[in-house]
Amino acid sequence: MAVTDFSYVRRQMEPAKPAPSSQVGVIHWLRTNLFASAGDTILTLAALALLAYILPGLIQWLFINASWTGADRKACATVSQGGILPDGQSGACWAFVSAKFQQFIFGRYPSSLYWRPMLVMAMFVVLLIPMLMPKAPFKGWNALALFIVLPVVAFFLLGGGFGLQPVETQLWGGLMVTLILSFFGITVSLPFGILLALGRRSNMPVIKMLCVLFIEIIRGIPLITVLFMASVMLPLFLPDGWTFDKLLRALIGVSLFSSAYMAEVIRGGLQAMPKGQFEGADSLGLSYWQKMRLVILPQAIKLVIPGIVNTFIGLFKDTSLVYIIGMFDLLGIVTLNQSDANWSTPVTPVTGYVFAGFVFWIFCFAMSRYSLFMERHLDTGHKR
Amino acid sequence: MKKTILSAAIGAAVLGAASAASAATLADVKAKGVVTCGVSQGIPGFSNPNDKGDWSGIDVDYCRGIAAAVFGDPSKAKFVALSSKDRFPALQSGEVDVLTRNTTWTISRDTSLGFNFRTVNYYDGQGFMVKKSLNVKSALELSGAAVCVQQGTTTELNLADYFKANNLQYNPVVFEKEADATSAYDAGRCDVYTTDQSGLYAIRLKMKNPDENVVLPEVISKEPLGPAVRQGDDQWFDVVSWVHYAMVSAEEFGITSKNVDEMKTKGGPDIKRMLGAEEGSKIGTDLGLTNDWAYNIVKTVGNYGEVFARNLGPETPIKIERGLNALWTKGGLQYAPPIR
Repeated sequence: MAVTDFSYVRRQMEPAKPAPSSQVGVIHWLRTNLFASAGDTILTLAALALLAYILPGLIQWLFINASWTGADRKACATVSQGGILPDGQSGACWAFVSAKFQQFIFGRYPSSLYWRPMLVMAMFVVLLIPMLMPKAPFKGWNALALFIVLPVVAFFLLGGGFGLQPVETQLWGGLMVTLILSFFGITVSLPFGILLALGRRSNMPVIKMLCVLFIEIIRGIPLITVLFMASVMLPLFLPDGWTFDKLLRALIGVSLFSSAYMAEVIRGGLQAMPKGQFEGADSLGLSYWQKMRLVILPQAIKLVIPGIVNTFIGLFKDTSLVYIIGMFDLLGIVTLNQSDANWSTPVTPVTGYVFAGFVFWIFCFAMSRYSLFMERHLDTGHKR
Repeated sequence: MKKTILSAAIGAAVLGAASAASAATLADVKAKGVVTCGVSQGIPGFSNPNDKGDWSGIDVDYCRGIAAAVFGDPSKAKFVALSSKDRFPALQSGEVDVLTRNTTWTISRDTSLGFNFRTVNYYDGQGFMVKKSLNVKSALELSGAAVCVQQGTTTELNLADYFKANNLQYNPVVFEKEADATSAYDAGRCDVYTTDQSGLYAIRLKMKNPDENVVLPEVISKEPLGPAVRQGDDQWFDVVSWVHYAMVSAEEFGITSKNVDEMKTKGGPDIKRMLGAEEGSKIGTDLGLTNDWAYNIVKTVGNYGEVFARNLGPETPIKIERGLNALWTKGGLQYAPPIR
């Protein structure tokens, strides 16, 4: 039968009509995200009201009324407080932050030697960026340089030696110490945590017991106690002149701590692995270390990335506790400088805390974003 | 394993304590090339960092004075920041050579803690701050007032003692943190705020309307602040004490960091003796130092009056009058034994 040319059959596709206005664009987004139900609407309006209540005052305080330049407290104090601002005005004292900025970053490191921490920082960034990019080549060499060579080089560059003028760790401080402590803690805690987690699941009773003991003892003591003991009690036990560096004590304390926490995070990942993975690896004739390295750990660690990053972020913020042993990390040096009578005003302490909080937030937020990226990048098995 | 380490540590502790107590600190300091002082973690005017990150303050200058006396160079002073609870173990363990951290000299610290105090570089005492609008001229007029005070401090106890002794009624408003008490006072929760006087001056800087507050003249407790050293090392104790006396004597003689060179050649016999310009003098060497020790202190750090003016005096934001800390010749308590 010949194909009849029915005139009522369409030849061309009808051009697509635009979606109804309720399904696209701003209105759709608003409807689904902000005003989907009566409850949502109330919450949205409440949040908007809250923002309208807080934001103008905050912006006014942070930027419009803020003092940006000045050499001492006069710039940030009102006339009746002995300054130059009109009475009744209150704004952030950024002049304080800018006057103390170098201290906030480097502590009391001699200013003529700032190139040394800056060089270390530059090397750190140059080595870290390719390390963080999954596609960058030479991962092995990169890791060696970042985790083994850099700390050694940094130790001599910052502390002196080989003809460089020595700088005592007593003078280190600020963001520099925060970063050193957290980088060292992170670098040490991951491998140690893995070993401890494997040890805790080991069939060898002695190793298992030692690992359990270590983890449980460390997790049972507050970090403050350990730092305090290391700082105050240890010198009493050591003979005269046997003192060892406070920064080193803090480094050891912090990394022991984070190792114990890390071990439990990793153990969570190990426990989530199905038994078949272990048996499959065994049936291939892999040795214990091959099995762990090639089959189990890559999957287990991938599972617990959020937990690992959580520990890192916690560690980063815990470094502030070195304040109690007389070292000044970022927060410590901000607090210390609030006692400078030349800058003492009603707004100085708040400004200092806002600055410290912002810097901490930048670093923690970056870590958290990177972990999300890695999760998505590695999540080849069970995408939703 | 643990046990061996522990017993080794205890053994070491015994040895360490013994050697720390009998050690010749001056020789150790000279060998190290630097004198280590315990300072605070930020007390305005006593020890706080300046814009360059260097320590400044009256306690810090005391330490620089010791360095100047021992080495002739005030920069050979190293500062360890200590919290109020860390300070005594740090001195006992030898982590610091001398504690210049506005520490009140009390009998229990002098005896049971095993320290020695002799000089007082700042006479402090608990005082009251009130709103000007109350028109109060003396603490004795404070009957019925609401007093902001920090909980669990000697301040709170001194306050109760004082009001009881004078048969006055008062209404304590107690806070756990100093900062809370200050802001409550600033916000008008109470009529009176009480803490150490030097603290009252520093806190005025953080008030929204400092000129509406006055510090009353009464001082209701004694807080002599001075350096502490370990017991059993008299030579070092002497050095630390005489550094202060040299600074006070210099002020008494009118020797300042500016005119010290002139004074050394043209001054009277006692001035020349103190500055080490007297023939055959053994004052400095008997102290274990060189004969120009006092000259070095005054030249590089200044006399007591200069140090006070630089850190606490009317030219600084803290603006504390000399008061009890004036020389004895001017009605104060600063008095130095003769240097001869």
